[in-house]
This record gives sequence, C-alpha cells and structure tokens, in this order.
Amino acid sequence: MRQLLGILILCLLFACTSNKIKTLPIYGDREPITKITDGKEVTDTLYHTIPAFAFVNQYGDSITNDSLNGKIYVADFFFTTCPSICPSMHRNMLKVYKEFEGATDFRILSHSIDPKYDSVQVLKKYADALDVKGNTWWLLQGDKEATYTLSKSYLVTTPREDEKEKFIHDGYFILIDKQKRIRGAYDGTVEEQVIKLIEDIKILRNDPEQATK
Amino acid sequence: MKKAGIIISLCAAIIVFVASCQTDQQIEYMRYYSGGQGLYTVNCQNCHGKNGEGLSALMPPLTDTAFISKNKDQLACYIKNGMTGMVKVSGKFYNNTMPPIELSPIEIAKVLTYVGNSFGNRVGLISLKDVENNLKNCK
Repeated sequence: MRQLLGILILCLLFACTSNKIKTLPIYGDREPITKITDGKEVTDTLYHTIPAFAFVNQYGDSITNDSLNGKIYVADFFFTTCPSICPSMHRNMLKVYKEFEGATDFRILSHSIDPKYDSVQVLKKYADALDVKGNTWWLLQGDKEATYTLSKSYLVTTPREDEKEKFIHDGYFILIDKQKRIRGAYDGTVEEQVIKLIEDIKILRNDPEQATK
Repeated sequence: MKKAGIIISLCAAIIVFVASCQTDQQIEYMRYYSGGQGLYTVNCQNCHGKNGEGLSALMPPLTDTAFISKNKDQLACYIKNGMTGMVKVSGKFYNNTMPPIELSPIEIAKVLTYVGNSFGNRVGLISLKDVENNLKNCK
C-alpha cells in the first residue's frame, strides 16, 4: 500500500514537469473573430501579423513575405553608414547568424532605412565585409516609404531622418513565427538580450505549433 | 630573540608601506586610464568592440600593438578628425569611414591612455600635453 502511494506521488510529480513545453508569448493587438464553420459558430483569435511586402536582397533577388513561408525569422532596421548603434547590433546579429547558419527554416532580415545610399551593390559589399554568405541573412532594400510603413507593423519606432545621426531608429531584433506573428523583441545592442533571443529561437523551433506549418 | 622579531615585523611594515605608496605619475596614469574606460564605452565600443576586437572586415581592431605604437602621435588626430581611406591593421585592409569624435583634448588623452594600455597595448600615459602637441601636427 505504501509502495503504491509512493508511485502515485511520483506520477503526480512527473505530471507537473515533463509534459509542459515552453512556449513564447504572442505580441500585438488581437481580436476575436466569429465565423461559421460546418454550420456551427466558431470563435477564433485574430493576431497581429506582419503584412505583405516586397524588397530586393544583397544578391539582387526579389524577397517577399512569401519567401518567408514556413520560416521563423528575425528582423531589424539599419543602414550601412550608421555611425551609432548598427555596428553593435550586427556584431550581435552575427552570433545569431553563426548559430543558425544554413538552417532551411530560419532567416534574418535586415531592412535598410537608407535605400538611396544602400544599393544592392553596397549591401553586398557590407555582407562580404561581415563574412555573411548564402541565404540565411538577407540585407534588404526597396521603397523607402514601404520600409518605414512596414516598421510600424513590427511595433518598433518608425525611423526618421536626422541632421547629425542621419537617421534615427531603434535597435530591436524582432522574432517572427511561421504564422507571421511577433513572438519577441530584443535590444540588439545588448549582448545578454541577444543570447536570450538565440534561446527563444530554439524554443520556437521546437514548438509543435511551428512544426506543422 | 624578541628583538629580532620586532626588527623583522618593522621591516615588513616598511616594505608594505613603500609598495602601497604610488608615485604621482602612477596616480595620474590611473586617473586617465579609468576615465578613458568610460569614454571608450560611450564613444568607441559600438564599432571597435568591448575588447577592441573590431567587427569582421568592417571595423578595424585596436589590438594591433605595432600599429598603435607606430602611430602613437597620430592617434589624437584620428579621433579629432576621423579617418577615411584604406588602412592596414593586423595584416588586413580596412576601407571604411570613421567619423570625427567630438571629444575635448583631455578626453582624447584619457581615452588614448585607455586604448594605449588595453587589448595588449602598452604605450604608457598619453597626457593632455602630448595630445595638445599632437593635435598641432595633424597630417
């Protein structure tokens, strides 16, 4: 009897720990939607998602939101001649790049907020200087207004031009899941936060919800 | 026997006293160095890194001790006026623009004392006087 009780307690203990899978929160506004499925009224949650976009990467290839289908990605906003925070950001982003280099379900997107100067050739030169190869890390440029508008959907500060710093922007790395929802925001200039980002990417890749889509 | 003990402990006390006593120059060096460390974090670390490691082929490192000691008299000018064009550091070529950094001569002296005695460099104190002289002879 006593043995049985012991086993029961052990079972209870394991029930608490082993079945729980760590998941990341989902950020942004959400609203309930009601739709009729098979004649029944079903309520679902509509999450904030990243809208459609179309840019060009450092190889001159067209990159759209569809290029990210079935992929988890990290996005940031920068410009190659940035005198302030960008070197720190990309020193840290290189850590993320090296950790997941070659993974087919992962990308990094760095949007240039100075597309007039940051041509495809300039972005390629920048990628070469960072020793970034292949398709893991895309440096994107395109319509300036489209980039600035897109930044709003990532919930970061909209970039603006400044006489001294050329452009004002923030250094957040935004983690996006396969459903294009925001799952995390990390200060790209802070090493500890980027280490957290790498851990969170691993959690997200192991999330069963991410495996199916 | 008791006398010998007293003499030994007295000698030990004198040695400790002398060792802990710093010269004015050492105190000045420490003041420059610690002040420079803070200035480095704010003004230089973004590009050159926490340990002066630079950033890939984009930003040159500050760990080339030969470069630092050879160009010791030009370092103040690099900070004041920025740098453009090709530069060879640690056997690699860098071609990027360093913007002028808005620092006063005393701040330049402090940050150079920090850089000049960190990351493997050992050029000693770079004083305000050194910086003022060097700034007159910028190329």
